[in-house]
Amino acid sequence: MATKKTTKKTAKKTAKKTAKKTPSKKSTAKRSRSVSVERDKVTSSKIVKMVEGVAKSSLAQTDPFLDIPVRSVSNMKFNTRKRILEMGENTQRRTLFNVGQARKFMQGVLLSKGCKELIEADKTLSLRGMYYMSLHTIEGTNEKTFNDQGESDGILEDLEVTLNGLREELHVFAKKRGTMVGNITIKDNGDEINCRKMGTGGYAIPSICEPDVIEFEKCEADFVLHVEKDTVWSRFNEDRFWEEHNCILTEGSGQPPRGVRRLLHRLNKELGLPIYCLLDCDPWGHYIYSVIKQGSINLAFESQRMAVPDAKFIGIRSDDYDRCDLSTDVRIALNDRDIARANQIADYPWFLDRKPWQKEIRTMLANGFKMEVESLITKDISYVTEVYVPERLKKKDFLD
Amino acid sequence: MPKAASKSGKRATAEEMASRQRDISVSEFFAKNRHLLGFDNPRKALLTTVKEAVDNALDACEEGGILPEIHVTLLQLSESRFKVTIRDNGPGIVRKQIENIFGKLLYGSKFHRMKMSRGQQGIGISAAGMYGLMTTGKPVKIISKTKNKPAHEVTLKIDTSKNKPEVVTDRESSNADKYFPEGHGTMVTIEMEGRYQKGKQSVDEYLEQTAIANPHAWFVYVNPANETMEFPRGVDELPEEAREIKPHPKGIELGTLIQMMERADGGNVTSFLQNEFSRVGQRKASELIQTADKKTSKTLTPRSRINTLGHDEAEALYNAIQETSIMAPPTDCLVPIGSRAMLAGLLKEVKGEFYSAATRPPSVYRGNPFQIEVAIAYGGKLSSEESARVLRFANRVPLLYQQSACSSFKAVMETSWKNYGLSQPRNGMPVGPLVVLIHMASVWVPFTSESKEAIADYDEIRKEMRLALQECGRKLGIYLRRRSRMKKEAERRSVFERYIGEISKVCEAVTGMDGKEIYKALQEQAARKTAEADTRLDEDGKVVEPVSRLDDDEQVIILRDAITETDEETNDDGSLFEGTRLASPSARAKKKQTKSRKKTTRKVR
Repeated sequence: MATKKTTKKTAKKTAKKTAKKTPSKKSTAKRSRSVSVERDKVTSSKIVKMVEGVAKSSLAQTDPFLDIPVRSVSNMKFNTRKRILEMGENTQRRTLFNVGQARKFMQGVLLSKGCKELIEADKTLSLRGMYYMSLHTIEGTNEKTFNDQGESDGILEDLEVTLNGLREELHVFAKKRGTMVGNITIKDNGDEINCRKMGTGGYAIPSICEPDVIEFEKCEADFVLHVEKDTVWSRFNEDRFWEEHNCILTEGSGQPPRGVRRLLHRLNKELGLPIYCLLDCDPWGHYIYSVIKQGSINLAFESQRMAVPDAKFIGIRSDDYDRCDLSTDVRIALNDRDIARANQIADYPWFLDRKPWQKEIRTMLANGFKMEVESLITKDISYVTEVYVPERLKKKDFLD
Repeated sequence: MPKAASKSGKRATAEEMASRQRDISVSEFFAKNRHLLGFDNPRKALLTTVKEAVDNALDACEEGGILPEIHVTLLQLSESRFKVTIRDNGPGIVRKQIENIFGKLLYGSKFHRMKMSRGQQGIGISAAGMYGLMTTGKPVKIISKTKNKPAHEVTLKIDTSKNKPEVVTDRESSNADKYFPEGHGTMVTIEMEGRYQKGKQSVDEYLEQTAIANPHAWFVYVNPANETMEFPRGVDELPEEAREIKPHPKGIELGTLIQMMERADGGNVTSFLQNEFSRVGQRKASELIQTADKKTSKTLTPRSRINTLGHDEAEALYNAIQETSIMAPPTDCLVPIGSRAMLAGLLKEVKGEFYSAATRPPSVYRGNPFQIEVAIAYGGKLSSEESARVLRFANRVPLLYQQSACSSFKAVMETSWKNYGLSQPRNGMPVGPLVVLIHMASVWVPFTSESKEAIADYDEIRKEMRLALQECGRKLGIYLRRRSRMKKEAERRSVFERYIGEISKVCEAVTGMDGKEIYKALQEQAARKTAEADTRLDEDGKVVEPVSRLDDDEQVIILRDAITETDEETNDDGSLFEGTRLASPSARAKKKQTKSRKKTTRKVR
């Protein structure tokens, strides 16, 4: 009972304090509309230019081609100044008159047409919808333009990098994933959403979190706590953690999708909120942190708009086993893949110059086991929300 | 003991036994051991009869310089009784020889000479007559006409106990002239027990294969169902006549040598060696005699009389021959079928798309010259599921039995067909639409048995076979690789063409440019990029740009319109292969003949 009172108090306090933080330029739906129209024009002309290139080289009797930036580790570099991953200059030429590439070439061109139609109709489609939109049987054959959605998804990512435009700009979105709750009010496509009153389910973070769709209205929160998955998030929500600590609580169902990352980026950049991550103590948890912080390898071209270089890692950490005096039952032995992945992560340039991280990974490998956030439940059901995270926040004890 | 002696007294005494010991005639021996000659069962008996008669007919025609035209008729009298008639247009047989040729075993012109011919021992046709007599009691009927003489009609039986012919009827028959429009020829009719069955090892198969190996011969065959099949000529010239040669010293066994020495009518050793053997001149003869002299206690000089020499000297001479290097026997005594004729033969009887032939240079086994030829047919209408078919020939005679015992079969199996793009199970026959023809020409073909069914496995022979097979295989490999390359190109084009439509549509929709124009431009480009797919052919049927060295190869024929399309999607415009192309003008002539064969109908009499 006592704790409940205090949470209410603090909530009130912070509410006043953070009122200032509300974005100064209060964007209206109308304004974002015009922004998006401008943006659509640019995207549309990019598509036309690309297809024109294909048509012109066809008429000139040269092999039509698309230069597609390479999306792999080899073409990715770490910008040490900005501390984000960036895509390199390498492109791969995809030509029509190459048996291995002809089909992909055709698919790319076909999807670009689909995107242009979407932009003109001012509608958006899911990845799956996009697949169906461009799906048909090629005239005179019994071959389909796409065999499955996976094929079209990959080509769409190629198209994004080729046009240097985000999926959102192409009017395509992914399945939504991730949840938010906390001291913030937003406008989602014009609808006001009060994230303080989201019940047990929370606000489902949409796939597209661009300013023209999601606008921040009123935010009193001091920081964002991002947890790895839904189960942990529910614990925090039920304990009204965000209320007591005046924060925003998000989760990304494992590796956070683009929408969640874009939202975190904007909360950090536009509202100046620090991002704290509570993830598992295993290589996969470490990599989630890395993706949030520096961007992912596959989507390196989007790091600029997604990465949160000053995101902090709260835990859980390998020394928590001794520090919190956890039972031996929570230990999960590292397997060979875990060990290999851990070593790989330790060698990433953005971890390489971080001594605490090197120590963390070494300790985990020395321990020989990993731990999930849920392991703290063995201490007490609300140990993580009432003791573990508050202590870390108070001491500002983070890994960076 | 005396008791035992008296008991044994009941058994034969040496004198009694002597009374029962007498000559066994060759005919009697073969009557009891008919399987040795290929009369093991009714079905095989029928085939062997046709085979022996046709072989003789072909040999006779060729020796007489006549293009053979042979009629084979099987008339079924009852379930298991047949009347076999073989008629040829050969030179005919003079009257007094008829009974010897048809009524006496081991009588013939071919046994005592070293000459390439079909028959060898002179037992075939008379054994067939004997078999007929034994199973039906009916004599053999022979009608023969020589040039400018009336035809004789003779029926004869063979007296098995004496190996002597017995003439039953004998008359001149002007009536028979109608059988011989050319004024000469022979017709044999044997009534016999037999069984007719189509398929493998049948008379049909034998005639078909004989037609392949003897494209200069014309066959007309009437089967028991009264259907007439014709096998017209593939070439209009007779094969060159084979020359007779003397035995080579290296091919002679000691016993044979002694026999030859005994048979020699006088003279000295030098002239004996020079006259009786090939490749022995005066110098080689004295070298042999000198070497032999050191090997015996008796003296042996070039002037020693041949009929004074005994066993010792003979053995010394034999050993000297083995040690001395003697020039290989002359090989101009061999008449191969020839690559052209083999291709012509295969072309008219086997429906493939690719044909290739190889004739090896002559070689020698045990002093006998021989020559190996191989031809292969691939693809077309041949079955691709089964193992390759091997057609074996010895001196142009098809061998239908005991395939696995034959040297040629082993040679096919030990050739690595995988290298040439065919699948081949381990230690097995290659699998695919392949027919392999192997011919061995020799003055003496080493058969594994008297029924002449399989070629004995000499290393020299098998090696030559393998080399010839490899030569053909290599060409097949080149062809198959080229074919798959062209196919791949066509596939490539179809891949491009499939997407060109989509792309030009998008171009029109997005940019507003003319989609049709873009489509046309892209299609032009696709055609250019996959140019090999439709290598154009000029009116001579030659590729305008030389694509491969197979095109100028006289020993290769490719029938483009026979190529089977396994993948129907391959060419949308049907232009992968256009028209028929043959490697050479002569091959084109042969093509015409295949067409004429197609016209051949199976008339019902």
